[in-house]
Amino acid sequence: MIGPMTLRFEGKTMSLRSLRAVAAAAVIGLGALAGASGALAAGGEGAQEGGAHHTPQPPMQKWTFWGPFGKFDQAQLQRGFKIYKEVCSSCHSLSLVSFRNLMEPGGLGFNEGQARAIASEYEVQDGPNDEGEMFTRKARLSDAFPKAFPNEQAARAANGGAYPPDFSLLAKARTYERGFPWFLWDIVAQYQEQGPDYIHALLTGYEEPPAGAKPAAANLHYNKYFPNHWIAMAKPIQDGQVEYTDGTPTTVDQYGKDAAAFMMWAAEPHLAVRKQTGFVVMIWLLVFGSLVYLVKKRIWAGAKPKAIA
Amino acid sequence: MQGHSTYQPKSGLAKWFESRLPIVGLVHSSAIAYPVPRNLNYFWTFGGILMFMLVAQILTGVVLAMHYTPEATKAFASVEKIMRDVNYGWLLRYLHANGASMFFIAVYIHMFRGMYYGSYKAPREILWILGVLIFLLMMATAFMGYVLPWGQMSFWGATVITNLFSAIPGVGQAVVTWLWGGFSVDNPTLNRFFALHYLLPFMIAGVVALHIWALHHVGQNNPTGVEVKDFRKDTLPFTPYATIKDGFAMICFIAFFAWFVFYIPNYLGHADNYIEANPLVTPSHIVPEWYFLPFYAILRAIPSKLGGVLMMFGAIAVLFILPWLDTSKVRSAKYRPMFKIFFWIFVADAVILGWLGSKPAEEPYITYARIATAWYFIHFLIVIPVLGRIEKTKPLPASIAESVLGPSGGHGFPGGAAASPETKG
Repeated sequence: MIGPMTLRFEGKTMSLRSLRAVAAAAVIGLGALAGASGALAAGGEGAQEGGAHHTPQPPMQKWTFWGPFGKFDQAQLQRGFKIYKEVCSSCHSLSLVSFRNLMEPGGLGFNEGQARAIASEYEVQDGPNDEGEMFTRKARLSDAFPKAFPNEQAARAANGGAYPPDFSLLAKARTYERGFPWFLWDIVAQYQEQGPDYIHALLTGYEEPPAGAKPAAANLHYNKYFPNHWIAMAKPIQDGQVEYTDGTPTTVDQYGKDAAAFMMWAAEPHLAVRKQTGFVVMIWLLVFGSLVYLVKKRIWAGAKPKAIA
Repeated sequence: MQGHSTYQPKSGLAKWFESRLPIVGLVHSSAIAYPVPRNLNYFWTFGGILMFMLVAQILTGVVLAMHYTPEATKAFASVEKIMRDVNYGWLLRYLHANGASMFFIAVYIHMFRGMYYGSYKAPREILWILGVLIFLLMMATAFMGYVLPWGQMSFWGATVITNLFSAIPGVGQAVVTWLWGGFSVDNPTLNRFFALHYLLPFMIAGVVALHIWALHHVGQNNPTGVEVKDFRKDTLPFTPYATIKDGFAMICFIAFFAWFVFYIPNYLGHADNYIEANPLVTPSHIVPEWYFLPFYAILRAIPSKLGGVLMMFGAIAVLFILPWLDTSKVRSAKYRPMFKIFFWIFVADAVILGWLGSKPAEEPYITYARIATAWYFIHFLIVIPVLGRIEKTKPLPASIAESVLGPSGGHGFPGGAAASPETKG
């Protein structure tokens, strides 16, 4: 019921002027909405601090992929991929992502040669060959990233019983509770970045446990943002551990952002095209809807007895 | 109020065809000449919106089924294949997943509209009952659809809900085993849910046809609840009046739908469903989709399993008998000051039940849920029957035309459905 309330016309005939008014009103409305949602999304941070005994809410970060015009920052994805390759991939798989995805538009933006070169750094199992033997060969563009461990049991054995989750969908598989009224505001503000915010918070959330806090089992590490605080993964990355060539600061905070952005891309590789398509659809619906509304007004004017009185 | 077809075939071929299968005349009488009360507000556009949603779900669903693999070890990966590698697969899946929610938003508005304006009262009891039947089929379809991606919430939701049948005395466990096709939710369960998820929408379409047939036989209710008395004064032809109004409302609704699909496609889902089903790991909170939450709250409010199941189904069963629970002669809440208040209390109660359904089953939520559940049934079983007897209603307008125009109304009305120039085409 947006239409009849916000788009009210006095004129009975369709004029170009009234159409322009519709368009202008809509653009102003959308702009105000986007601006306000950005402001509130940023302001929401402070209000979300929980009590001392609860897991605090992850602080909201600025993501280039937020909002109606959001898209991935190519350089950031490449940095995040570098972190994945050099640090995370020793334990975490990326089994739903293929090397060919690295050269897809809206993503990391590698060219075919670069993607092939990256693939050739990996060995994958293939076969059986004509002799019936399995063999390993260099990965091709069509291959998915090889798994970090042959199976879950091997992964657990190597990680003190814990199973490092696959990264392919993790940015969409992690969230935190927003609570009332924020969950309603999130519809308007288009807040869908709970996953990346949580991942960034987790990577930066390692700290000394508060006095008296004891882990439920050995080999657990205290993390401010992990539910129940005790996580099997030790602090995975330190300041300066991964080298950046573009002058970006090599801090854990920055690594956290870059890794989370890369994981969001891995989970939703078509995010940019989705939002671009959405904008075209919205504009089309707005124009078409306005025209239909004007036609409706005109037709219904004929049903009013005033018209012939 | 059934409109007689005013369709007159002109060409020889059209006459030949119409005398053998009068389908063009049928379409003409039900979508063009059909008389609609002239005072319908925008809440009456949701029938058309629901029709659109059903067709949209079937179309996106059929294409998704071409790419989906209903097998327990492959289902999750096949959905991801759709999201990543199928051309516009992400769009199809997000349309279908969010479409289910939009379908329920529209159906809840449609049902609350029916309750507010007393659309279920004579002679529209069958129309209402068919509607509740559609709602029930929608719930079954949506539940089974949510299982298909085979994520954690799919699996555990299916486990919890199918387990409800174990509450049936004596044969409960046997029924559950029969439903599962084994001794736990597994591949046979997924297979049959997929088959039924594909079947049920066509059953919905069948009941929708009956729903529309009944509607066109008894005619639409309207915001005054006063029956049409004079077709010429009280009604307008469906086309162009209702067609263009429904069309405009539909575009607004699609814009709302598109906002979710393109900008926040996972808002209405659960993060846990992006983790593949794992029978060995139970999620910390098993929560159904938002549209089931009020009924889930009722289920958990009752301390006994069988009692909870009975109350949950009772919450829907009570809708079937609503036409006979309501003793008021006046249909529309517009002329029922007390009912109007209780209606909004009931809406609030339903929303509160939904909120409680999303909360863990612990205090104080359980107590709240018991109070809200009690009120749900008190509303239907006590408030509605009693109100009809004690309420002093406001005077009704003499006719629909008078409600639009005031007491002098009805003179010089153009465009009455019976003699409408627009339909002479």
